[in-house]
Parts: sequence; C-alpha cells; structure tokens
Amino acid sequence: MFETLTLAAIPAEDEALRAPLRALIAETIAAMPADRRARSWQGFDAGFSRALGAAGFLGLTMPVDYGGAGRGAFARFVVVEELLAAGAPVAAHWIADRQSAPLILRFGTEAQRRRYIPAICRGEALFCIGMSEPGSGSDLASVRTRADRVDGGWRLNGQKIWTTGALHCDYMIALVRTSGTSADRHAGLSQVIVDLRAPGVTTRPITDLTGDAHFAEVFFDDVLLDDDALIGTEGGGWAQVTAELAFERSGPERIYSSVVLLDAWTRHLLRERPTDVAALEALGGLSARLAVLREMSLAVTARLADGESPVVEASLVKDLGTRFEQDVPVIVGEDLAAHPDAPVGGELLRTLLYTTQAAPSYSLRGGTREILRGIIARGLGLR
Amino acid sequence: MQELIEPFARLLEDLCPPSVVRAIEAGGDWRPLWQGIVDSGYLDALVPEEAGGAGLALNEAAPLVGLLGRHVVPLPVGDTMVARALLARAGTAWSDEPIALATGASFAATPPVAAQMLVGTPDEPRLVGAEALADPAERAPLRPLAAVLRAQQIAGAGARVLEMSVAYANDRVQFGKPIGRQQALQQQLAVLAEQAVAARLAAAIGVRGGLPPAPRDAAIAKHGASLAAAEIAGIAHAIHGAIGISEEYDLQLLTRSLHAWRLADGGAGYWAAELGRERAATPAAALDWLLAPAEV
Ligand SMILES: Cc1cc2nc3c(=O)[nH]c(=O)nc-3n(C[C@H](O)[C@H](O)[C@H](O)COP(=O)(O)OP(=O)(O)OC[C@H]3O[C@@H](n4cnc5c(N)ncnc54)[C@H](O)[C@@H]3O)c2cc1C
Repeated sequence: MFETLTLAAIPAEDEALRAPLRALIAETIAAMPADRRARSWQGFDAGFSRALGAAGFLGLTMPVDYGGAGRGAFARFVVVEELLAAGAPVAAHWIADRQSAPLILRFGTEAQRRRYIPAICRGEALFCIGMSEPGSGSDLASVRTRADRVDGGWRLNGQKIWTTGALHCDYMIALVRTSGTSADRHAGLSQVIVDLRAPGVTTRPITDLTGDAHFAEVFFDDVLLDDDALIGTEGGGWAQVTAELAFERSGPERIYSSVVLLDAWTRHLLRERPTDVAALEALGGLSARLAVLREMSLAVTARLADGESPVVEASLVKDLGTRFEQDVPVIVGEDLAAHPDAPVGGELLRTLLYTTQAAPSYSLRGGTREILRGIIARGLGLR
Repeated sequence: MQELIEPFARLLEDLCPPSVVRAIEAGGDWRPLWQGIVDSGYLDALVPEEAGGAGLALNEAAPLVGLLGRHVVPLPVGDTMVARALLARAGTAWSDEPIALATGASFAATPPVAAQMLVGTPDEPRLVGAEALADPAERAPLRPLAAVLRAQQIAGAGARVLEMSVAYANDRVQFGKPIGRQQALQQQLAVLAEQAVAARLAAAIGVRGGLPPAPRDAAIAKHGASLAAAEIAGIAHAIHGAIGISEEYDLQLLTRSLHAWRLADGGAGYWAAELGRERAATPAAALDWLLAPAEV
C-alpha cells in the first residue's frame, strides 16, 4: 500500500535555487530573533514577499506566460523548505502562492488568470482562504455564507472565521452556497473571489493565545460581486475546494513548523552541554525523524511533479509531520527543564514558549488530525 | 529489477510458508529451506558479476530483504547475501553455510542457526565461528550494515501487517458491522499506515548510498524502522483482538519478529545517540545537516 511513495531526488537545477535564495533570506532575517523567526508562515512582511517575487521565487509552478517561473513541484519544494527552515516571514504571499494561484490556473477563466496570477507571482496580490465559519469547521460542507444571483453578479451575505491573513489581504477565495441549503451538502456550493476592500466587508482581528492576531473574522453584509467573481463552475465548489486542500496539505510546511526552535536549542546544547548523552540522544532522534519525514514529503512532491493529486499520501505525511512538529517543543522543553540550575537565554526561552503555545494549531489548521486520519482510512479501503 | 524480485517472492511463498517458519522456530530441520535458497542462487545477488554474482547494488537488492521480512524467513538469508558480497570484494572464499551478521546480543526467541559469523570491517571482513564471541571492536564496524538489513526486514513485515490488519478490519463483524467501520479503529489503522510508510522510506534511506551504507544513513534507517516497528506491532494486535495473540494465527510470527529486529543491532535509542554525536561534531542547522552528503 502506498508503494508509489519512494525516495525521490531533487533535480540539480532546482537544488541550484538554494544559494541565491539564501542570500536574499539572510538580508531579511539578519536582525530577527529566533522567537520572531519561529512564527514562520505567520510572519508578515509584504516587502520581503515582493522581493521574492522580483527575484523569481514565487509562482514557481505557474506557466511563464502568466508571470510564473514555469518550473515544477521540486523547485517549489526547495524554495519553501529554505524559507521555512530559516524562519523567513512568508505570510504575505504564502496562501496565494501555495493554493490560490494553482486553483485559479486550474479552474479560472482566461481573464481571471491574467488578472490574478501575474500579480501573485510578483508578490503583489495577497489571498486568504475563506472556508471555515462559526458553525462549519471540519464539517465544511455545512457552510451557510450565501451568494445569491443578482443582475450582473452576486450578492454575498454571511461570515467567515479563522481567516489567516485576512487583515492584510487583498482577496479571499470563499466557499459559499449558491443554491439550496446546508441539507444539500456538497451540491450547491461554489467558490467566489471576494475583494476584501469592497463595501459591506468587515474584518475583525482575532488574538490567539500567543498574543498574535494572524487570523480574523470576516463579515459580508450585502456585498456585491461581479459575474466575474465566480471561480470555476457554479455548484462545483466542493470538488474545487478538495483540489485546493490537496495543494494546501502537500507541501513541506508540515514538517518544518518547529525547526527554528530545534536549531536554537541545538546551538544552545552544543555550547552548554556538548557531551550530555541524554540530550544528544534526543537531538539525534529528532534529527532522524526529520530526515525520514523530509523523504516522505519529497516522495509526495514527486507525485505532484508527475501531475497526480496525492490527497491521501499528503494527509499521511501531514499527520506524521505535525506529530513531529508537536514533539519538538515537548522534548526541547523537557531537556531544558532537566537542568533547572542552568540558565536558558531569553531568546531560546521565548522561542520555546511561543512554539509550545503554537503547537496545538499544527494539527488543526489545514484539516484536523482526526479528519486527516479519516481520509487515510478511506484511502485504505475502510468504510 | 522486478524480474528478479517477483521470482524471489514466489520462491519464498513456496519454500517458507508459516508452517515452515513455525517448524524451524520449534527446533525443526532448517536445512531443506536453506538448501532451496542456496540452489536459487539468490545468495549471490550482491556478489559482483566478475565474481559470479548478480552484481546488484544494495538498494536494488533491498526489496529481496524486505521479502525476507514479509515472510519471516527464520534464517540469515539477507545477512549471507551481504556477507558474500563483502567477502567477494575482499577476495575471501565462502561455503554454502549460513553466515550471520550479529553485531550484539540477539533478541530472537530461538537460537541462531548460523555456525559462522562475519566480523571485522566492510573492507576487511573475516569469518569466525559463532561460538567464538568476537571482540566488540570487531563487531561495531559492521553494525550499520546489519542495521540496514533489519530495517528492510521491518519494512517488509510492516507492509504485510498493514495488509493483514486492513483485511481483518473489513472482515470481522461486531455490533452488526465490520469493525473497520468503527472510527476508533479507522484512526488507529491510519496511524499504522503512516508507520508502515515511514518504516519503508526510513529503510530506503539506509540503502541509498550502496554497500557499505554510510553510518548516518544506517542510523536514520534503523532508528525510524525501530520506532515504527513497535507502533505497528502494537496497533495490529489491538485491531486483531484475542485471535491475534493465539499461536495458530500468523500475526504473531510477524509481530514477534518486528520486536526482535527493532532491538537487534542497535535499537532506536542507540542509533539516536550515534546521530546526536554526529550532529555535535558538525554543528549546523538541521537543514544544513540534512543536505550535507553522508560520509561513508
Ligand atoms: C492557526 C489556524 C489557522 C487557520 N486558518 C484558516 C484559514 O485561513 N481559513 C479557514 O477557512 N480556516 C482556517 N482555520 C480553521 C481550520 O480549518 C479549522 O480549525 C479546522 O477545519 C477545524 O475546525 P474547528 O476548529 O471548527 O473544529 P471542529 O470541526 O469543531 O473540531 C473539533 C474537534 O472535533 C473533531 N471532529 C470534528 N468532526 C469530526 C469527525 N467527523 N470525526 C472525528 N472527529 C471530528 C476534530 O478533529 C477536533 O478534534 C485555521 C485554524 C487554525 C488553528
């Protein structure tokens, strides 16, 4: 089972992206302490995203004709891996580059592609994901936000929640009901692109347990959308959102969320207790797990490169990856706490606390652990 | 490579069904099974072509070792394959007898059959009698090689345990429906699948660099496979209920071996400590360490 997941090598021309990218990253993060870098894909810096776009590091899988790099899944893997491992602030372009652009390329009209994709590749069009609602989390098909047909377009009413980046974004791709009721489940859902500056849109930040406000509530009050706002087919929203989630779940971000902490602790350890056997065993064990997960993630990338949509495989790697990401702050914390008399630097401590607090979200965002395991179980032929 | 793998799978199905595994474990005659494998020529899979073997690279021969795990072959077939390859390279002769790569205490329930052990280094291997316990310094250099074999065996057995567990969950009915419809079991089977895939890719890391494996790759492989083996065995038994622990049901053959292999030739903790020492010697960010080529 899952025999198609095998070791995959990154092509040399994609490996070659690392050096120039590292130079660009180094300039940006030079003055950022580890506890800020630990925010990783929650760290927002529009200027950095534009610089990445200008240097050709965004839209790597998009065709050249739409302003992309015309490269493949491995090029994207390399760039994403480098950005995450360094803890570069990537939130501004993250969602647009990862899933909005591929979604628009696949399901959008020619006009929509021309309008959005080149801007995404420049790091200038920022997107967010409008799936969750107060009454619709895992049960996404129950969304109630409605777009009703009116002359020349649609009238949008309802509410989204937990929308990452909504405060800074230009557009949301929202899953909404365009016909029927929640009882119709997958039928009658569509995706629309909403300009978040349109009249009737209200965005309110939500502060999380770390004190950050990376996500928000978004209210739609008789928001008028053009005909052109519909993306893909009316009523085809469920199939499209499933494809979008495959883009969302298949990248290497599901193994690197705690890597800034891991590196900060490694430096501490090698400076303070370089021969501490128990600590080195912990370091070696985490390193080994990361090495296997990286190969698993690369194996999924190879499936993407072959044009497949490896939904089940991506779920499998995400679930195992988030477990690793969540174990890192526990193991690091236990190691530091095993030496109560040894001082821990403020930066490492803040990084540990941040990662400890952020860790529960790793297995919620992008689909909960339980939902992913359900997808894997179906893939195994159960039910 | 498939043209070499499939006949080996059929051979093992033929020669080594569970009844034969049980008989040998109970002290029965292992010679017929061994002779069948000798006659098949597969013991020379890794021996260079100029020395009369098939000349397979380690990663090409790895699926054969995985099949040995899948069929719980209770003889040191994979060990003999790599031992012969090293002996051939060193220009040393060998006999048709089994050769074991036991680099530490055995965790198998039954005594080893091999009368010869390989010791020394990959470049200067030596055959010694099994009773003459070699000096630890003479065993350690071959430990990475033994570890990648155990990792392959774990991966092969793990895949089989996953198949058996899914099939059983779809088959066994309780409360009027297959137990595989219970969400609690589905969640466990999903974890089992994750671990089976992790074991397989970990094992693949161990053989990617050829013979002998780089110590770092071997450490990653055995660490990952050993962790997975414990989880796979535990979940499979949970799913099978009481039938799984009965002697006559085949699951126990696989899970007992999973435990034996995860403990043999260095367990997860041993290899984690080895890797930790390597990381301490080359202070680097995790990604830089991952990208650095492994040293042989
Ligand atoms: C940091 C972060 C960022 C996010 N960003 C976005 C975003 O940008 N856009 C967006 O649309 N959403 C976003 N989300 C929301 C996210 O998609 C939801 O949190 C997720 O889908 C789960 O929904 P819920 O929180 O309502 O939990 P619920 O669905 O209420 O789940 C609660 C618990 O019940 C379990 N559960 C529910 N149903 C089942 C079932 N059928 N079987 C077994 N267990 C079940 C869940 O696994 C979980 O353990 C974000 C969330 C987080 C934490």
